[in-house]
Amino acid sequence: MTDTTLINPTPVDTNDAKEALYRATPRQLMWWRFRKHKLAVISLCVLVFAYLTIAFAEFTAPYDPYEITEMATMQPPQPVHLFDEDWNFQGPFVYGLKRTRDLETAAVIYTVDTDEIVPLRFFVEGPEYLFWGLIPGSIHLFGAEDPDARIYLLGTDTLGRDLLSRLIHGGRTTLTIGILGVFFSFLIGITLGSISGYYGGRTDGAIQRLMEFIRSIPTIPLWMGLAAALPVEWDPLFVYFLITILLSLISWTHLARTVRGSFLSLRGEDYVLAARLLGASEKRIIIKHMLPAMTSYIIAAVTLSVPEMILGETALSFLGLGLRPPVVSWGVLLQEAQSLRVIVQAPWLLLPGLAIVIIVLSFNFLGDGLRDAADPYGR
Amino acid sequence: MLAYLMKRLFWSIPMLIAVSIVAFIIIQLPPGDYATAYVAELRHQGDTVDPLMEQEIRVHFGLDQPIYVQYWWWISGIVLHGDFGQSLDYNMPVSNLIWTRLGLTLAISISSLLLTWLIAIPIGVYSATRQYSVLDYVFTVFGFIGRGFPEFLTALVLMWLAYSWLNMDVGGLMSPGMEQQPWSFAKAIDVASHIWVPLVVLATAGTAGLIRVVRANMLDELNKPYVETAYAQGLSERRVVWGYPVRVALNPFISTIGWALPSLISGDVITAVVLNLPTTGPLLLRALKNQDMYLAGSFILILSVFTIIGTLISDILLALSDPRVRRG
Amino acid sequence: MTEDTPLVEITDLGVEFRLREGVVRAVDGVSLHVRKGEVLGIVGESGSGKSISVRSIMQLLPKTAVLSRGSVLFRPPGGGEIDIAKLDRKGRDIRSLRGRHIGMIFQEPMTALSPVHTIGHQVMTPIRLHLGLAKKAARDRARELLQLVQMPRPDQMLDAYPHELSGGMRQRAMIAIALACNPSLLIADEPTTALDVTTEAQILDLLKSLQERLGMAIIFITHNFGVVADIADRIAVMYMGRVVESGPVDDIFESPQHPYTRALMASVPRLGAERRRRLTTIPGMVPDPFELPRGCSFHTRCSEMVEGVCDRLDAPLIDLSGGRNVRCHLHSQNQTGGPNAG
Repeated sequence: MTDTTLINPTPVDTNDAKEALYRATPRQLMWWRFRKHKLAVISLCVLVFAYLTIAFAEFTAPYDPYEITEMATMQPPQPVHLFDEDWNFQGPFVYGLKRTRDLETAAVIYTVDTDEIVPLRFFVEGPEYLFWGLIPGSIHLFGAEDPDARIYLLGTDTLGRDLLSRLIHGGRTTLTIGILGVFFSFLIGITLGSISGYYGGRTDGAIQRLMEFIRSIPTIPLWMGLAAALPVEWDPLFVYFLITILLSLISWTHLARTVRGSFLSLRGEDYVLAARLLGASEKRIIIKHMLPAMTSYIIAAVTLSVPEMILGETALSFLGLGLRPPVVSWGVLLQEAQSLRVIVQAPWLLLPGLAIVIIVLSFNFLGDGLRDAADPYGR
Repeated sequence: MLAYLMKRLFWSIPMLIAVSIVAFIIIQLPPGDYATAYVAELRHQGDTVDPLMEQEIRVHFGLDQPIYVQYWWWISGIVLHGDFGQSLDYNMPVSNLIWTRLGLTLAISISSLLLTWLIAIPIGVYSATRQYSVLDYVFTVFGFIGRGFPEFLTALVLMWLAYSWLNMDVGGLMSPGMEQQPWSFAKAIDVASHIWVPLVVLATAGTAGLIRVVRANMLDELNKPYVETAYAQGLSERRVVWGYPVRVALNPFISTIGWALPSLISGDVITAVVLNLPTTGPLLLRALKNQDMYLAGSFILILSVFTIIGTLISDILLALSDPRVRRG
Repeated sequence: MTEDTPLVEITDLGVEFRLREGVVRAVDGVSLHVRKGEVLGIVGESGSGKSISVRSIMQLLPKTAVLSRGSVLFRPPGGGEIDIAKLDRKGRDIRSLRGRHIGMIFQEPMTALSPVHTIGHQVMTPIRLHLGLAKKAARDRARELLQLVQMPRPDQMLDAYPHELSGGMRQRAMIAIALACNPSLLIADEPTTALDVTTEAQILDLLKSLQERLGMAIIFITHNFGVVADIADRIAVMYMGRVVESGPVDDIFESPQHPYTRALMASVPRLGAERRRRLTTIPGMVPDPFELPRGCSFHTRCSEMVEGVCDRLDAPLIDLSGGRNVRCHLHSQNQTGGPNAG
C-alpha cells in the first residue's frame, strides 16, 4: 500500500522528543520501550521483591521452617487486623485461635478468639538462625511481640510448621534452581546454537537433528526416568545440583533455537560480510560482531526459559522424584497438598501453587517485555 | 510429494533408534540389575538365597553379557516378538500391563488436543479480527493466566472446587463402585462426570498458549495484501477470513502438532497422578519409584515413539496444506 | 446513460484516520470523475492520498479510516446510480459491486495472491461468486481469461501456485482475476511499480490492449509521470490529500499549470532532453500529516510562493478551459489581473 506513512506515523510530538530519539543509545531505546510495557515493569518489581525475600530468607521468614508445633497442626491463616471489634485502633495484630476437637469425628477445629489479641511487631527477636549458614542472628522482619507466641499468617501444615516460613525457604530452592538451570542450559544452548547457526551445512544439520530428537521426547517421563535413577541416600545439596543439570540437559533446545535463528539472520547482514572481507577471524566475528547484536534476544529468551525450569522442578518434586524432604521447595510443599482430603481440610496448603503461578507469570511477562524492547526501532 | 514423504519417513528411523537407546539407558541407570533386585525381593520375602543363584539368574537372563548385546536382545525382543521384558513389581510380562493404559493415555491426549483446537482456533481468529475488543481482552487475560498454571495445579484446584462446591469426588475415571460393572447408561454418565476434569486440565494449558499463537499469526496474515485481494473480489468477511488467512496462519501451527503431543503426554502423566486416572502416569511413577525398570523403560520408549509418529503425521499434514512445503 | 455521464463521480470526498496521536486527513475534499471507457491516471507521491481516494470507490479502507464526507456515485451498466460512500463497508451491496463491476489489481504481485490456492482457484472465485457458474464452466472461463491476459501455458497455470510463477506472470494472473466478471471499471494501484522495466512495459501494453478490446474504464494510480503518459486519457495530480491539477493528458504535459505538477515533471528523466540538464528535485520534505501547514499545503516547498497569500489562505479550485482544473493562488491572481503564472 502506498500510504503507509499515514497509517503508521511515528508518535513524536515535539522536535525535542525527535532529537532525543535520534540521539538515544540502543540501551536507552530499549529501556524506553520496556517502560511502556506496564505488565513487564510490574513483573520486574514482583521478581525483585521475591528474590530479595529469598536472599534474606532467614530474616524475612518469621520462624524456622522445620520447627514442629504439635499443638498447632493444620491451623488456618490468621489475617492481620488494624482495628479490634469495637473499632479501636490497635496497630497490626491477629486474633488468637482456640483449638478444640469435634466430639464425634475427633477432628481438630480452630475457632477465632476475638478476646485474645496477639500484636504483630516488626524487627522482633525470634528463633535464632545462622544467616546463609554463617552469621548468627535472631532478629526477624516481623513476629509476635511475645517471643513465645506464634503468628501464622499463611497457616500451618499437617505437622504444625509455619507455611510462610516454609514458603520463603522453599522459594530459595525453587527460584535458584530456575536461575541455575537456565545458566547451564544457556551454556549448552548458546554454544551449540551459535555453532549450528554460524557454520551451517552438515554441522547445523546434525545439531538440528539432535534438537529435534530431544524435543520429541515427552519431557516429564524423561525427567522422571532420569531423576528416579538418582539414589535416595545422596546428599540433598548434590541431588539439587543434579536435578538442575538434568532439567537443563533437556530444555536447552529452546535457547539454542533462538540463538541459531538470530545467527542465521545476522550472518547475512552486510556488516558481518564487511568484517569477514576485512579479514577478521571467525572467532572474532562471532564474539565481537554477532554476539552483541544478539544479546537482547538472548536475554529475553533466557528470561522466558526460567519458568520452564521452575515448573520442571516443581513437577518432579511434586511427584516425589525430584527434591525430597527434608529439603523444602515449592514442589515439596505442594506434595503435601496432593490428596483431596488434605486440601479440603487445609486449602491454604495450595498457596505455594499460587506463588508458583505468580512467579511463572512474572517471568513470562518480563520476557515478553524484554523481547519487545529488544527490537528498539520495531513496532 | 512422494519424495518428501520418503525423506521424512527415512529421517524418523534414526530418531526411533535414538529413542530406544535413551529408554535402554534409563533402564540401566539404577545401580544393580534385575538379578540383584530379584534376589533382594526374595530376601525381603524371607527366603534365603544362595549367592550362586544370583549368578545363575544373571546368566539365565543374559545380564552377564556386554551392554550392547543386552540392548540388542531387548530391542529385538520388542520389535520381533512384542516382548517388553518382565515387570518385577507385578511379576508378569510388561506387555500385559501397558497396552490398555497407553490406549487411555492416547485417547485422553488426543481428545484434549481436539478440544484445544476446537476452543483455541475460533477464539484466536476472533481475537485477531476483532483486535482490542472487550472479548479480545478477556481472552488475552485468560491466555495469560492459563500460561502460568502448571497442569497438576489446575487439576488440584479443580478437584478441590468440584468437591467443595459440587460435593463431587472427580478423581479417577469412574466412581469406585462402577469399575466392575458392565457398561450401561449409568456407567457412561459416571465416566462422563469424571473425564471432563482431565480434559479441561489438559485443554486449559494448551488452549492458553494456542490462542496466543493463532492470534499473533492471524494478525500477521490479516495485514497481507492477498487478504485485500480477496475482499476486492467481493467475498464476505467470513469467507475471506476462514478461506485465506486462517489457512496460512494455521500452517506453522500444524507443524507444531508434533510438539504439542510430547507436552500433552507429559501433562497427562502428571495430571493422571493427581487425579488418579488409570493411564500411564501413575503406573510409570510407581514403576520408577520401585525401580521396576523394564516397565518404566517400556513406557518411556512407547510414549516417545508415539510422539515421533505424531511429529511425522504433523509434517505430512503440513505438506498437504502448504504447497510451498510440498513442492519446495 | 449518455456517453457523457461519468461512470464514477467522486464529489468532495473526505477520508480521515482517527488515531491516538490525532486525526489525519488523508483525503480532503477530492473530486474526480471517470467516464465510460476512459483511462484516468492519478499521479502523486507516497502519502498523497491517491490510493485511499481510489480505494473509497470499493470501500476497501483500513479499519481506522473513516469516510467523513462527500459522495462516490457509481453507475453500473444495468442502469441506476449507487452512492458507494453511503454503503456499509461489510454489507451485501458493496460486496456485489466488488469484483463484479469494479475489479482491482494491486502493487505487489508477490504477496497479493493467496499462497495456498492455485491460480485457477483464485481466478474462479469471483466467477463462481458473482456469475454463479458451475465448477466446470468456471474453469473453462478461467482458462479463457488466462489466454486473454497472454499467460503462457494457461492449462498448466490453472493448477500452479503463485510461488511457482514469475512476477510478471503473477501480475497477469491478478489482471485475470480482476477482469473475471467483465467489470466496467478496473482500478490499478501502482500495478507495475514492483516489476522490472521490461515486464513493466509488457504489462502496460497488455492493459492498453485489454482496454481497447473490452472497453472498461481504468483508474491508474502511479507516482511515475512516464507511465501515465503512455496509458491515460486524463490525469489528476494529487498532493497532501487534494487534487491540485487535472485535465487531458496531452494538455497537462504540454503546459502544466500547478507549480507542483511542474516540479514533478522536471524530476522525471526524459529521453532526448538536453544532455547537460540536471534532474531537479523538489526542495523540502512532505509535511507532517499531523501538522498540515496553513494555507496552500504546498507553499512550504513551492518555488513561486507568494508571501502573505499562499501561507495564509486555502488555495481555491479554479476551472480553466478545456476540462482543466487547477488549485493554486497564482491562477486566482491571474484572473484578477495578478502576475502571469504561465
